[in-house]
Amino acid sequence: MLEIFSYSFMVNAFIVGILIAICCALLGVVLVLKRYSMIGDGLSHVGFGALSVAAVLNLSTPLYLALPVVIVAAYILLRITEKGRVNADSAIAIISSSALAIGVFVASINGTNIDLQQYMFGSILAVDKSDIIISVILTVVVLAVYVLFYNKIFAVTFDESFAKATGVRTSLYSIAVSVLTAVTVVVGMRMLGTLLISALIIFPSLTCMRVCKRFKTVVICSVIISVLCVVLGLFTSFYFDNIPVGATIVIYNLIGFLIFTVLGLILKLKKKH
Amino acid sequence: MALLKAYNLALGYDGKKVLSNLNFTVETGDFVSVIGENGSGKTTLIKGILGLIGKTEGSIEFSDGLAQNNIGYLGQKTNISRDFPASVEEIVMSGFLNSKLSGLFYSKAQRQDALRLMERTGIIHLRKASFSQLSGGQQQRVLLCRALCATSKLILLDEPITGLDPIASSEFYTLLKELNNEGVTVIMVTHDVTSAIRLSSHILYLGKNTSFFGNTHEYLHSNVGRGILIEGCPCDSCSHNKKGGRENA
Repeated sequence: MLEIFSYSFMVNAFIVGILIAICCALLGVVLVLKRYSMIGDGLSHVGFGALSVAAVLNLSTPLYLALPVVIVAAYILLRITEKGRVNADSAIAIISSSALAIGVFVASINGTNIDLQQYMFGSILAVDKSDIIISVILTVVVLAVYVLFYNKIFAVTFDESFAKATGVRTSLYSIAVSVLTAVTVVVGMRMLGTLLISALIIFPSLTCMRVCKRFKTVVICSVIISVLCVVLGLFTSFYFDNIPVGATIVIYNLIGFLIFTVLGLILKLKKKH
Repeated sequence: MALLKAYNLALGYDGKKVLSNLNFTVETGDFVSVIGENGSGKTTLIKGILGLIGKTEGSIEFSDGLAQNNIGYLGQKTNISRDFPASVEEIVMSGFLNSKLSGLFYSKAQRQDALRLMERTGIIHLRKASFSQLSGGQQQRVLLCRALCATSKLILLDEPITGLDPIASSEFYTLLKELNNEGVTVIMVTHDVTSAIRLSSHILYLGKNTSFFGNTHEYLHSNVGRGILIEGCPCDSCSHNKKGGRENA
């Protein structure tokens, strides 16, 4: 059982995985409740494009290109969604598929298909020291923001115009959330894969909302579920070779969601009787 | 004492004027109803008072110790998702945001205030309940209670009874009138003109080309208000065609 921790890459994967799971869950609650779920999805595709371009340019640290690009994309996506335009989701779809196409195109010219595969589905081996440092800093920032501004985050998420009317600078919160999401996505996608990182953002909070009826319990429950799924996923993919860790984690999230859905229905029926 | 004074006020979005040349004064203890057709700028006015949109011309002055972020606001229902996972208590407490203290916890005084206001608005027994499982009338009470946490002076309501059944509406109005009698100033946007006339001390009518501000008696005898009266005027001494109020053409 403990043999798994004798491999340093597994230890790295556990550290980054758990930290990213915490960030995804905390940010996910806000994104899902504010109907910004698609932003996470869009960002992961933009991140994929940026990482591919960075690989072609032979940058020693691809994060230096990917991070700023995705942060800018996060801001743009947020503005598109915020305005409440009719075709906001179409705009996000266009941005994601374009970024994905550019990534595939550029990577294919270069002929390095190995990276492509890795970015799509993730790999535990992709985690290195810089990921650990960034994810530690990111988690500290996300936790600090949550603890210090918990009540404001609740108010802005629940009713933005009321919060604005009572003097909260709501746009600041939206920007903070989107920037933090961007960093989370870029760090998380190399391990979990472009196609699956957004699932980690959306699943935990949706799962908890089946059962929990208070904001605080949804937040706490999401973090627990998210970390649990990542840990289970890492163990599973370690003991069964050749299973990408990202897919395993998402499947655990799906199982959790189904269990909580049934649980929610049972609770509802019980209340009626 | 004047609480809020609008002078030559003009408001709009993206350079397009929705309201212009608006003058009115709200005194402490007033109950002002804002009425008018769809698109006449009622919600725009509320947003302007709250500072959610900038003013194009003129000024809004707050006095008597009132600041712009010291207003309790109950917005249109569409702004809030009905399935949001939050307890009544969490929502009510979020009204305290404008006071200095923030972070993870609220102060003991704020908790006691919240309890008192939940008692006052008749939702104390729902304290632990989930907002999404309440009836429409109960939800509006929760939001009113949150607004009261934000202020003890002025609450702004934007069509608060939309979607409520007649009993819930009348209960909500009764509560609102009681709060008003206890000294809370009320500005309410509504389509329910009959109730507006019954409850309000003053009426602000926004029309496409005209606007009117005056007390309810003046409104009923003005050119814009006269059409409202189906039967004879309830007051003793009027010929019912006297022109009153301050009309802005």
